[in-house]
Amino acid sequence: MEKFSFSKIICVILIFLIPNIIQSAEQTDPIKVNWSFKGLTGKFDRASLQRGFQVYKEVCSSCHSMQYLSYRNLGEPGGPEFSEKEVKAIAASIEIEDGPDSQGEMFTRPGRPSDRFKSPYPNVNASIAANGGAYPPDMSVLVKARPGGSDYIYSVLVGYEDPPVGMVLDDGVYYNKYMIGNKIKMSAPLAEGIVEYADGTETSVEQMAKDVTTFLSWAAEPELEERHKTGVKVIIYLVLLTILVYLSMKKIWSRVDSEI
Amino acid sequence: MSDHEYTPKSKVGKWFNDRLPLLTLGAHLTDYPTPKNLNYWWTFGGILTFCLITQIVTGIVLAMHYVAHADLAFASVEHIMRNVNYGWLIRYIHSNGASMFFLAVYIHIFRSLFYGSYKSPREVIWIIGLMIYLLMMAAAFMGYVLPWGQMSFWGATVITNLFSAIPLVGESITTWLWGAYSVDNPTLNRFFSLHYLIPFLILGLVVLHIWALHVPGNNNPVGIDIKKPSKDTVPFHPYITIKDAFALLMFMIIFAGFVFFSPNVLGHSDNYIPANPLVTPAHIVPEWYLLPFYAILRSVPDKLGGVILMFGSIFILFVLPWLDTSKVRSAVFRPIYRQFFWIFVLDVLMLGYMGAMPAEGIYLVLARVGTIYYFLHFLVVLPVVGFLEKTDPIPLSISEPVLSAGAELSLAKKENGKI
Repeated sequence: MEKFSFSKIICVILIFLIPNIIQSAEQTDPIKVNWSFKGLTGKFDRASLQRGFQVYKEVCSSCHSMQYLSYRNLGEPGGPEFSEKEVKAIAASIEIEDGPDSQGEMFTRPGRPSDRFKSPYPNVNASIAANGGAYPPDMSVLVKARPGGSDYIYSVLVGYEDPPVGMVLDDGVYYNKYMIGNKIKMSAPLAEGIVEYADGTETSVEQMAKDVTTFLSWAAEPELEERHKTGVKVIIYLVLLTILVYLSMKKIWSRVDSEI
Repeated sequence: MSDHEYTPKSKVGKWFNDRLPLLTLGAHLTDYPTPKNLNYWWTFGGILTFCLITQIVTGIVLAMHYVAHADLAFASVEHIMRNVNYGWLIRYIHSNGASMFFLAVYIHIFRSLFYGSYKSPREVIWIIGLMIYLLMMAAAFMGYVLPWGQMSFWGATVITNLFSAIPLVGESITTWLWGAYSVDNPTLNRFFSLHYLIPFLILGLVVLHIWALHVPGNNNPVGIDIKKPSKDTVPFHPYITIKDAFALLMFMIIFAGFVFFSPNVLGHSDNYIPANPLVTPAHIVPEWYLLPFYAILRSVPDKLGGVILMFGSIFILFVLPWLDTSKVRSAVFRPIYRQFFWIFVLDVLMLGYMGAMPAEGIYLVLARVGTIYYFLHFLVVLPVVGFLEKTDPIPLSISEPVLSAGAELSLAKKENGKI
């Protein structure tokens, strides 16, 4: 009966392969980047996260919201890990509308770490109206919302090119090699030297794209480092327990004349 | 193992057991004589129980933080992922747990198909099992709607629209299911309510499933009736419990691999885009475990016909015990059926693949071939093979094939007195 078991295992593996096949069918082969946060023990590059936040703040955040993040997240373990003072300063630099106060009036105040990231537009319709009819998607879970994830976001950021000969693009539509359908309504957001890094890192388009994608990957999965760390411990625990249970099983079943 | 002989040792235990024989039940469950030759394909019953309990426990915690409202559902899921202590862990266990549940149930069902566990006298166990499977699909579908992402919304739209294919009353039924004129907040609300209810219905059916199992006792790889208790059986505890525990731990390692290292690989990335009734995703695909049925649905050019075939593909399983005309249970002794079994497995896997592909060109042709074969397997192959097949000789007891396979005689004598 051994050969049947083998075939069955192949069937099980096939079941697992199906979702991968689905995913790969939808991609337009983004650039494979060697991210530090991939793999079983992957961690974010702290400096890259901080630089990425700067790119987000100075470039992306003028159109894209990030409504599920709070400023306090920037100081939490596993993220950019800004100091408490820095987080307070980042939050305080933003004007937040609050209220109503005891007189029933809305008022503005400096942001606090507990505030959510301020959105650039009051609502979705306003953001569409201001961006030529295209909605700049909220970036909180953007990396998880695209097949190809981090690789895809990075590829789109560096994938702006002149359209192939013969392709006519409407006003406000740009050609992008990696965008699904190759047409994108966002103009190339990054240009060499558009931000100035405090740590002196070069500000090439590739470097900034890598940093901001790292930041967006963290924003989508702020639990990633803890998840990886816990996962390794859980698997080690389960493997040890499995060995112990296996030995117990062998001992118990040695009392009867049956194979297990 | 002889239930009526059990008497609690303590006075309190005896007093209680006379009024509610829970202790007798416990003794029955631990002593339950089980065929000693059960292989690892038989451990999935225990694994499925674990899956159900895991889904219920994690689900109850998630429901404490989730908000079933069209405007707030997506945000509340992100709240769970970001702000609730270990919310990400609980949610990833729950969402991957659904896939693991289906993986286990498919192995469990195919095991039954291979070893003929659905045959007399176990038809009722089989039918209750199918009812559990149907409820699982309903629960999984409604659960997938709750995060209110794009795939949630459009999956719900596609599936609920199936009911509009019913002649005359279809449209009214669909509106009634929605509680609105499209999938909307009332739909989300009732799906949440039903999603919370169904697991407890499943739990009740699982009790009946096990009860019905304990009447004739387990089938086994040899597929013969065994005298119980005898030297062909072992008590459920500790023999089967320890083996189930070992298999469950192996299963949990795979489960943990998904939860901790690729928690979103089994889901669709579009479900991280908030539901938008104005934007239809390029490809609407269900979760992997429903893909074969989705392929059957789409392989028929007529909507009503597709719906009938899709539901038919599940309901045909209810009459399977009467379609299979062979008296021999285990495929081990059925050389012809064994081949057809594997062809059927490949057919279902192919249908699953076609369900994930766009319904056009070669994919559509293969989906149609797969659908026709699916029904041929049950309506033609099983009845005919049962009549024509020359089955291999069946051993008289479990010990016989073990001994003929070269086991030592001295081993056989050992320790059997205990049982």
